[in-house]
Amino acid sequence: MKVINIEGVEAEVEQGGTRLRVRADFVEDVNVGDYVLVHAGFVIQKLDENEALETLRLLEMLGMGVQSTPVAEG
Amino acid sequence: MRWVSEFRDGSIAKLILERINELAEHECTLMEVCGTHTMAIARFGIRQVLPKSIRLVSGPGCPVCVTTQSDIDRFISIGQIDGVVLATFGDMVKVPGSKISLRDARAHGIDVRVVYSPFEAVELARQMPNRKVVFVSIGFETTTPGIALAIMQAEKERLRNFFIYPANKLVPPAMKALLSFDDVCVDGFICPGHVSTIIGTRPYEPIATDYGKPCVIAGFEPLDILQAVFMLLMQIRYGQAKVENQYRRVVRPEGNEAARKAIYEVFEPNSVEWRGLGLIECSGLKLRSKYEHFDALLNFDVQVPPTSEHPECQCGRILRGAAVPTDCPLFASACTPEHPIGPCMVSSEGACAAYFRYREVSLS
Repeated sequence: MKVINIEGVEAEVEQGGTRLRVRADFVEDVNVGDYVLVHAGFVIQKLDENEALETLRLLEMLGMGVQSTPVAEG
Repeated sequence: MRWVSEFRDGSIAKLILERINELAEHECTLMEVCGTHTMAIARFGIRQVLPKSIRLVSGPGCPVCVTTQSDIDRFISIGQIDGVVLATFGDMVKVPGSKISLRDARAHGIDVRVVYSPFEAVELARQMPNRKVVFVSIGFETTTPGIALAIMQAEKERLRNFFIYPANKLVPPAMKALLSFDDVCVDGFICPGHVSTIIGTRPYEPIATDYGKPCVIAGFEPLDILQAVFMLLMQIRYGQAKVENQYRRVVRPEGNEAARKAIYEVFEPNSVEWRGLGLIECSGLKLRSKYEHFDALLNFDVQVPPTSEHPECQCGRILRGAAVPTDCPLFASACTPEHPIGPCMVSSEGACAAYFRYREVSLS
């Protein structure tokens, strides 16, 4: 969902014409225009565009038969 | 970046399926442990397009479904106490207790309010100082931080008419526990994307290293799930068992520390019963002593008779991946979303509801 307004720890988010008032206590530095994951009234993470593009690149490589998978993380 | 359509590209999906087909030499069972994955797999028809040798089963990933019958009976009983208002997420309303559901109970005069956020329950307590508001506190690591914050807020305001029925649970202990059942065979886990947003990648490490089960944290679009299946098959092919993160655009390796801090400020782990899995050590959360005055169980004396589940209902086996919904004799005949018998048919995230709703769907 896209952040369209923020006042303190309260944010207004929007997706497909639906607007919700949520709280952003758990994620620092939420700004208008950010895309966020919302669960039960709370922003729980900001979406990372660079990582999204990297995943899409990996998917395309995978489709072409280049068998590369992300490195395991601890 | 549109965030959704890119991860639904049919032409890439076909190519990934070809790669999956090349890897699918042996029979294998992959388990997803998240209600949102259950729905996404059914909605996009992913089960139907995978090679026959790959079996996708649902595990204990739906918080409503794993709530025991005795918990349900107990909070319905609390709702029947004079002056109590029960506040709950919508999914819980239709779940049948031994005798009645909250929806039926409402017809008998119980005051049940559906809330979207735990803060709405706190607001109800503020608005109705002469009533006792009991929030039915269910959910996994994704939901619990908000509940913890609501409790901290209620404490700050000294709201003494706000309570919770504590039934929150933790996912990784249940994943480990189900591997000890003789009727469960899992070769790899599609790990829950939203829960992992909070807990990060580390809690799955013992499942990979001690139990030898590959784990891939996955997103919820078709390409996410197909990529996760591919990654699991690669690990299986090369005899590896490690934790990988497919959902990197959302899940950070360290998770969300602020959210975890809120959980453990208010709650501490305890051993609780799960439907279908029994008692699991350190898999639930109870209020710490400084917050235990919010515990409805300590404030309301309720005795419920021994509970009973429908003898033919297979929810227990379905919740540990030992059966699929179509194995149940009640599925789509006696048990439907309109007249559910078990919780897996009630919850919008339940495996039976997902199978029922998307019976004819196939990825195109």
